[in-house]
Amino acid sequence: MDFSFTESECDLVSLCREFAQKEIAGRAPKAWEEARCPTDLLREMGALGLLGILIPEQWGGIGMSTVGFVAAMEQIGLADQSVAAAWQAHVTIGSLPLYLFGNDAQRERWLRPLAEGRALGAFGLTEPDAGSDVRGIRTRAVRRDGGWLINGQKTFISNAGTDMSFGVTLLARTEATEGQEPAFASFVVEKDTPGFTMGPKMRGIGWRGLDTRDLFFDDVWVGDDHLIGDPAMGLSQFLRTLEVGRISIAALSLSLTQAVLDMATDYARQRVQFGQPISKFQAVQFKLADIATELEASRWLTYRAAYLRDTGEPFLKEASMAKLKASRVAAWAASEAVQIHGGLGYMLETPVARFYCDSKVLEIGEGTNEIQHLVIARTLGC
Amino acid sequence: MNIAVCVKQIPDPAVPGELDPESHTLHRVGKLILDESDSFGVEMALQLADKAGGGDVTLISMAPNNEVSGLRTALAMGAAKAVLVSDPALAGSDALSTAKVLAQAITRAGDVDLVLTATESTDGYTGTVPNQIAQLLGWPSLTFAKHVEVEDGKLTIRRQTEAGYDVVESSLPAVVSVTAGVVEPRYPSFKGIMAAKNKPVDQCTVADLGLSSDDVGWSGARQEITNVAAAPAREAGEKVEDDGSAHERIVAFLEALKVI
Repeated sequence: MDFSFTESECDLVSLCREFAQKEIAGRAPKAWEEARCPTDLLREMGALGLLGILIPEQWGGIGMSTVGFVAAMEQIGLADQSVAAAWQAHVTIGSLPLYLFGNDAQRERWLRPLAEGRALGAFGLTEPDAGSDVRGIRTRAVRRDGGWLINGQKTFISNAGTDMSFGVTLLARTEATEGQEPAFASFVVEKDTPGFTMGPKMRGIGWRGLDTRDLFFDDVWVGDDHLIGDPAMGLSQFLRTLEVGRISIAALSLSLTQAVLDMATDYARQRVQFGQPISKFQAVQFKLADIATELEASRWLTYRAAYLRDTGEPFLKEASMAKLKASRVAAWAASEAVQIHGGLGYMLETPVARFYCDSKVLEIGEGTNEIQHLVIARTLGC
Repeated sequence: MNIAVCVKQIPDPAVPGELDPESHTLHRVGKLILDESDSFGVEMALQLADKAGGGDVTLISMAPNNEVSGLRTALAMGAAKAVLVSDPALAGSDALSTAKVLAQAITRAGDVDLVLTATESTDGYTGTVPNQIAQLLGWPSLTFAKHVEVEDGKLTIRRQTEAGYDVVESSLPAVVSVTAGVVEPRYPSFKGIMAAKNKPVDQCTVADLGLSSDDVGWSGARQEITNVAAAPAREAGEKVEDDGSAHERIVAFLEALKVI
């Protein structure tokens, strides 16, 4: 099996490495410290073409392969996880529903600005009473005046409240006929739509540079042209884009593990105790060797899931496995890397502490790891 | 307005360089990159062409083995095309020979209103090529520009001085060397990188430029590097124990350096 990169994938990786190291690594930590989404960096990434990475050129993107996206993510996430998190939410769940299920008019209106990097995309799924149990969402869209009247609340929504956010694509329950299963549909709600309001930026353990908020919809009316895709198939549509999101979180996890491995290795080679660098002690060596090995294992699970998507094969199981494995490794590796740093690693002044804070959410977002277990178990016939 | 930018492709400064023991010149084998000091000229040219409402930015370069890696970076930034002079006869060229080649290459590019260069290259540091090009073309030479403006066919630069800057005006065409940091060079976008692969690079030889191989390379060189010595190790500084009068010693030291 050949996972070597094409020439354009190599070019993309070089571009991302240079931008990540020269711009993101220097500027993003301050934004994290100030709990501010660095949209200046996201706009610059947009100018480079990165915000349209998975969208074809026809709609303003660069039409990169999923493998190329994973490789690019490895570079961006190495520099900062919040920027990488905002970026991946934009290119997967923020943009893909519009591309995959929108009509041409909708793609022109909403997808193109996202792909060209002029606006930031968001998707609203989770609610206070519905996370893993997606079918439990209460946000409701009912037929009214030739359009739809939306009422409800979303929570933990990334990218909707920044100065470059266009609004949100959300999933809502639509009216079900008596005795039938409820149906779900996706709608675009642009910012400044009457009745659409937001809470303040939420404070997480990590990802502090990511804009995450509660969204409120009180009698928000949108026209029929804001309905994305099939009015009854919104849930299965969204779940399809979530499969790509899982590869994306797996890739983000790889970048975190690589980052903390690099930091811990550098530190262990410098830190002298008992007359020699602590990297000479097996207790430390074994930790580093374990992290490196687990990282490689997660890396190939992730690239394989990406490769399957690129070749048009089913990748549901592999994407879930990659997300499960890579995020678990990332959270564990971050903890081990802090341990190697000792007291210094506990201090927020050190980058490894920032990455440690950013690691936990990887096991939660884009489907908790418990849900990944369920998805994998189902593919086994359970 | 058509602008030519002289760009040098150099060995990656991040990789330790090597001198040829015979010629004492820099080994220039393998992949070369765009000299960072030239990226400012490229950016400046792109901005000036944009402001002028059109015109092409053409890269002018001389490099061994038809090397184009550095040119592709500048093409990805937005330059339209390049003239690359590559010829085994160019090995050993001194600054004047280089200027002759670049001046001819600029003429070959044709219809150039303005030539931008860096003040000096990051591998050679002679800093004389821009003036020599201007002399050979018979155009005005403006140097150390930290700001460049073209309006109604008139060129105005701010020339960096120790105390501030001089405002220097000139007619066009002219040759201007721009200082590093004068503008923020853009990152090539992904689409720019892809497009650069198909942009025209006019590859030519010394003969194509109407020059003789006697004018360039080792045979044309008017300078010779006779010896290369290692830089002297930095000597230990002076340590001053403060007996209450250390500040006077510091002041005297700074005065001796004419810093204060």
